[in-house]
Amino acid sequence: MSGEEVLVCGAGITSFARTEASGRQLAVQAVRAALADAGLPWSRVRAAYGGSDAAGNADTLVAELGLTGVPFTNVRNGCATGGSALVAATNAIRSGAADVALAVGFDKHPRGAFDPRPADWGLDEAYGHDGLMVTTQFFAMKIQRYMHDHGISARTLAMVAEKAYANGVLTPHAWRRKPLDAAEILASGLVNDPLTRYMFCSPGQGAVTLILCNRAVARELAGTPITLRAAAVRTRRFGSFEVFSPWAPTGTPTSVSADAAQAAFEEAGLGPGDIDVCQLQDTESGAEVMHLAECGFCEHGEQESLIPYGATRIDGSLPVNTDGGCIANGEPIGASGLRQVYEVVQQLRGRAGERQVSDEPSTGFTHVYGAPGVSACTVLTR
Amino acid sequence: MEGPLTAQPESGGRLHGSRCADCAVATYPAGPACPRCGGEAEPVELSGTGTLWTWTVQRYAPKSPPYVPPAAGFTPFTVGYVELPEGVRVLAALDIRPEDAEIGMPVTLAAGTGVPRGHRSVV
Repeated sequence: MSGEEVLVCGAGITSFARTEASGRQLAVQAVRAALADAGLPWSRVRAAYGGSDAAGNADTLVAELGLTGVPFTNVRNGCATGGSALVAATNAIRSGAADVALAVGFDKHPRGAFDPRPADWGLDEAYGHDGLMVTTQFFAMKIQRYMHDHGISARTLAMVAEKAYANGVLTPHAWRRKPLDAAEILASGLVNDPLTRYMFCSPGQGAVTLILCNRAVARELAGTPITLRAAAVRTRRFGSFEVFSPWAPTGTPTSVSADAAQAAFEEAGLGPGDIDVCQLQDTESGAEVMHLAECGFCEHGEQESLIPYGATRIDGSLPVNTDGGCIANGEPIGASGLRQVYEVVQQLRGRAGERQVSDEPSTGFTHVYGAPGVSACTVLTR
Repeated sequence: MEGPLTAQPESGGRLHGSRCADCAVATYPAGPACPRCGGEAEPVELSGTGTLWTWTVQRYAPKSPPYVPPAAGFTPFTVGYVELPEGVRVLAALDIRPEDAEIGMPVTLAAGTGVPRGHRSVV
């Protein structure tokens, strides 16, 4: 890694539960929380990046935050919105263009599944008319094949969701805070076979802000800065199997998540075996299972001998989605990627409250995946 | 395998895809360029029969718009990717009951007025 060291000196999050608040109001709240956490005023921010998928432009937040003239760039990059904003903020620090930079992600979606327009994705209208523009179908078909190829059981899918709800109980800002056991999850009704209702996250609302700075600024601040060792975004290569694909080539699919994770690990000079706490995109149970292997934390199929035995629980050998992930927090598209980083930052600072991983974790990893084949990963260390 | 017993839906007919002249990558629907090498792609008629690579059931009514439910109202339907010999897996609505769907089963694919439609091959 070249250039200035990049540190996270402030992190702010709103509740991810449904309220009357607008996405922009949540964003302002998260920015103020992050600035207070860092002990810096808004006027000290030298570069800002952010966005939402469905709740407006981030640069309009200056009306509430203060008209300081700060360069504020809107980012709209689907599920990688937060990750892309963070990469931009990281580059601003690394290059020396700014000594304090901010990344904000926020969103608010209507209830129910997403209803994308075929034309926005370069597809014929027939895919919408005939009911094939449904994100949940893709995730179901991907895990269906994965279970066939790698011997993953439906019970393991239920265990992933059971863990998510258990962690949600311990997370004050989570949306779903009631425990559900594997039997209830399996019996909650098929949505898209083999996935049941309680294995899915739901579109929701929330906002997260991270304040980044260089080492010189961090020295003047109280608190424990966390080093952002790597932040990488990748788009799909030929041969991948993605949401909203009328076709895919044959053979073993390539994975954009694997590409982004590998890039992040290379940039950080660390590997999956070095990571103490981890956040993986879990838009549904199957995604967490597959992303564990795609990001390099186990072999394909090995999940079946890890998840049922508690390896990914808070007290396990590799805690995954300690805040309950998307399943317990919902999916506000623009906010999810930064929620993951927020959670790892709190874990590495030892400030994760009841959900704190013991033995002072010192390394963390985050991963998001989204349509039409984009992934963002980070590596953080204390 | 096509033969006298191979039922073709009324709207049927082969799917029209494209194939790269250089690297032989086939795509559906047809496109002007190869997604792998960027080379020029030529139209190709895809095979009518393949095997089911993966599947699921749409058990809730998708949001309308864009979804247009049948006149009789929404009922759950099966969807899947059908792998064809040209090296392409095609997303299709399947006239196959969920309890009959199985990875690897033979499926006949046909072009219709909407998305490709598949049904169990008669063998």
